[in-house]
Amino acid sequence: MSTLPTTPGAAVELLDVRKSYGRLEALHGLSLTIQPGEVVAMLGPNGAGKTTAIGLMLGMRRPTAGRVRLFGLDPGDRAARSRCGVMLQESGVNDVLKVAETVSIFRAYYPRPLPTERVLEFAGLAELANRKITALSGGQRQRLYYALAICGDPEALFLDEPTAGMDVESRRAFIGDIRRYASEGRTVILSTHYLEEADQIADRVVVIDQGVIIADDSPAAIKSRVAGRRVTFTVTPAPTAEDFVGLPISGLELREQRVRFHSSQPEQALAAIFRRGWDLQNLEVVGADLEEAFVSLTANRGSDPPHNPETV
Amino acid sequence: MRVDAINRPVALPRLLVVQIRAVLLGYWRIPLFAIFTIGLPVMFFAFFGLPRLHQEMFRHVSVGAYILASLGAYAVSNVLVYNVGIGQAQTRARKLDLLQRASPLPGWIAIAATMVGGLVLATSALVVLLLVGALAGVSLPPTHWLLLILALLYGAIPMLGLGLTIGYLGSSGNLAPALASLIYLPMAFASGILIPLSQLPSLVRTIAPYLPLYQVGQLGWNAVGAANETALHAALWTAVWALVLGGLAVYAYRRDQRRKFA
Repeated sequence: MSTLPTTPGAAVELLDVRKSYGRLEALHGLSLTIQPGEVVAMLGPNGAGKTTAIGLMLGMRRPTAGRVRLFGLDPGDRAARSRCGVMLQESGVNDVLKVAETVSIFRAYYPRPLPTERVLEFAGLAELANRKITALSGGQRQRLYYALAICGDPEALFLDEPTAGMDVESRRAFIGDIRRYASEGRTVILSTHYLEEADQIADRVVVIDQGVIIADDSPAAIKSRVAGRRVTFTVTPAPTAEDFVGLPISGLELREQRVRFHSSQPEQALAAIFRRGWDLQNLEVVGADLEEAFVSLTANRGSDPPHNPETV
Repeated sequence: MRVDAINRPVALPRLLVVQIRAVLLGYWRIPLFAIFTIGLPVMFFAFFGLPRLHQEMFRHVSVGAYILASLGAYAVSNVLVYNVGIGQAQTRARKLDLLQRASPLPGWIAIAATMVGGLVLATSALVVLLLVGALAGVSLPPTHWLLLILALLYGAIPMLGLGLTIGYLGSSGNLAPALASLIYLPMAFASGILIPLSQLPSLVRTIAPYLPLYQVGQLGWNAVGAANETALHAALWTAVWALVLGGLAVYAYRRDQRRKFA
């Protein structure tokens, strides 16, 4: 598809990319341009196509249709790959080797690598340099993979669900590390299924669901679109839909006495309900989870079904 | 100035050296495995060769020299089937190949390094065995020692193909050791490198010449002057086996790559 225009200077470019695995289509015409220095989070549930998109950006897989460019080159080109560091969701190392040995092997793949000691320091592994990889905990292993991603001093860092399997404490520390790395003007492309994580790290959030981009905006803008609360309670006698007209709510569900709705201003909605003198039982107000956030984002796109974004 | 100039990738020969070192370091870090592949042929030599070292076999070749050539063929093939095959299967099971694929290391460099690393370990195993043999009293003209090493390394090239085929077949790391033993051990017995050809049952003796390991043995025996086939004959058969087993390795490799990276 050489007729497609390219954006000069882009770090990553996907143009109308489709990817099928057999009969299953994982990406349905995805277009995404990432400029150098951008910190982009790809947010989406499992199976949304995030890993496939990253695999295509790195030339690990070939698109079924469309065009992929990495620093203006074919992603398989060594000149392009030499400028990228990668942390895959599923990968491993030769675990009979020691931490420092593994880092020094990987850094030798890059033209301008960081010194091994600095890599270990950045990744918080300085004390574990001579530890055999078999002896590392899950979190330490993730840090090693991070070390291997940054050891080549890459301009672009690709992190596929980097905090998966980390506990709260190490996740927080790790997010700090990524932010520090990104603050040096590097491109960071990270996939996650936590909105909170995307918000903490990225200055741009690309929401992917079922192989298409359903939102591409700043974290604040995305949050305001999905920052609703889910409210549930029971009330006697059973209310009708008319009782809720005019309240700042959406997605109302009534099942006899049980009431469930979504609201970005739950306080106001509940205040109005209390003023009616209703006797609420089992009141629950919880943060909308990502699943619901997607529902609301998908709903914002109108009647366009996500499986079939064809415009031709 | 264009940015490309400062981003020139690492030169391929340097990458190859780095990667060979990584493979050898991996072998070094599991000493038990190396001791097994280096030590087993030496142990067999101590058991079967030492007691009859100077006994004459045929054409003035000593039992010691004959057994040294046989076990040399065994030692070299052992490394290429077990260490290379299981090593490659482990690389895949650990998903190190995925990380390498995303890195600037070209896939063919990783494979070439695996092969060279295997040949280095195979040569070490062979040299250790021959040193033990020489120290024990097996005497050969200096050129024959060198010839023996070169002949066995050439003869073992098809085994590299077999090792890589095993390493790329199967989706789990557990299959490779089983597969290696299942194919390699019976073949080693039937090829006359663990039991002399003359002592094999007649049916096995009929099959033997069609086995790739038999040719490795013939090349070794030729180097010490105890072969029953010419070196040229064995060398040609080895070339044919190298093509067959190498082709099989390429098939297994492509199948693996298609599954992961299509």
